[in-house]
Amino acid sequence: MTFQTIIFYTFAAILVVAAAFVVTTRNLVQAALWLVLSFFSAAGVWLLLEAEFLAIVLVLVYVGAVMVLFLFVVMMLDVNFDKMRERFRSYIPAAAIVGILVAVEILLVLLGGYLGDRTGPPPAAPAGYSNTKMLGLQIYTDYAYPFEIAAMILLVAIIAAIALTHRRRRETKYQNPGAQVRVRRDERLRIVQMPAEKREP
Amino acid sequence: MAWLQPTLAHYLALGAILFSISVIGIFLNRRNVLIILMAIELMLLAVNLNFIAFSHFLGDSAGQVFVFFILTVAAAESAIGLAILVLLFRNVGSIDVEDIDRLKG
Repeated sequence: MTFQTIIFYTFAAILVVAAAFVVTTRNLVQAALWLVLSFFSAAGVWLLLEAEFLAIVLVLVYVGAVMVLFLFVVMMLDVNFDKMRERFRSYIPAAAIVGILVAVEILLVLLGGYLGDRTGPPPAAPAGYSNTKMLGLQIYTDYAYPFEIAAMILLVAIIAAIALTHRRRRETKYQNPGAQVRVRRDERLRIVQMPAEKREP
Repeated sequence: MAWLQPTLAHYLALGAILFSISVIGIFLNRRNVLIILMAIELMLLAVNLNFIAFSHFLGDSAGQVFVFFILTVAAAESAIGLAILVLLFRNVGSIDVEDIDRLKG
């Protein structure tokens, strides 16, 4: 019973319990927070699998950005929960049957091939191996094209999210740089010829 | 107690359990759009766990590269999904799936 085994079972238990609470709790803010906890425990499990860069990316990007976004939206919405939960109890049998069936089917397929340590111990990493460096080498050489496509996807997501939710407020004042650039001198400046006035000393 | 040592099968089982919890969650909360979005995030987490487990035990780094891109796409999809949800709430006043019935004849 090595330390790694204990850590694995601890993180796995926290992950499963937190995931179960996400889908069953009545309170939306609590659901988001349970989801944050499940992402943290998943990051711990990924650290055990020697994927430290992705574990940190999960915490920074997923928890730090996406979950914060979820929490913002949850706090902005004023949700009337009672109507949505009224048939919760009646869904439980169907949900349990389907859920257990899905789990059993996935386990039959996957464990049928991999039970009993058939792949052997994981290959040992060479000295000086850095997960980040390995990922960087792969992404910027072999997978450079998917990387660019991922960047385009993010750009499209930004534009779409802003275009969907942007509201123009009538009373805000903002500048129009196109009009500013097109201005001509005689629209701004008027030179008036008048005789100079001499003031008595 | 050799079967307690976490091998590939244990990680795959963990991924399968997470996936089925999220399917159960969609079934239970079928009227609440926000919880459905959270359940989709859990599904993506389960799939990522599978990829990384395979990448570790088979020594192939392609699994981790794919997880990198899955995280990117999942973040983009959550952002747009939440933007649509906010817009829906502005127009309809609730996030109940049953209130999204404007197109019904």
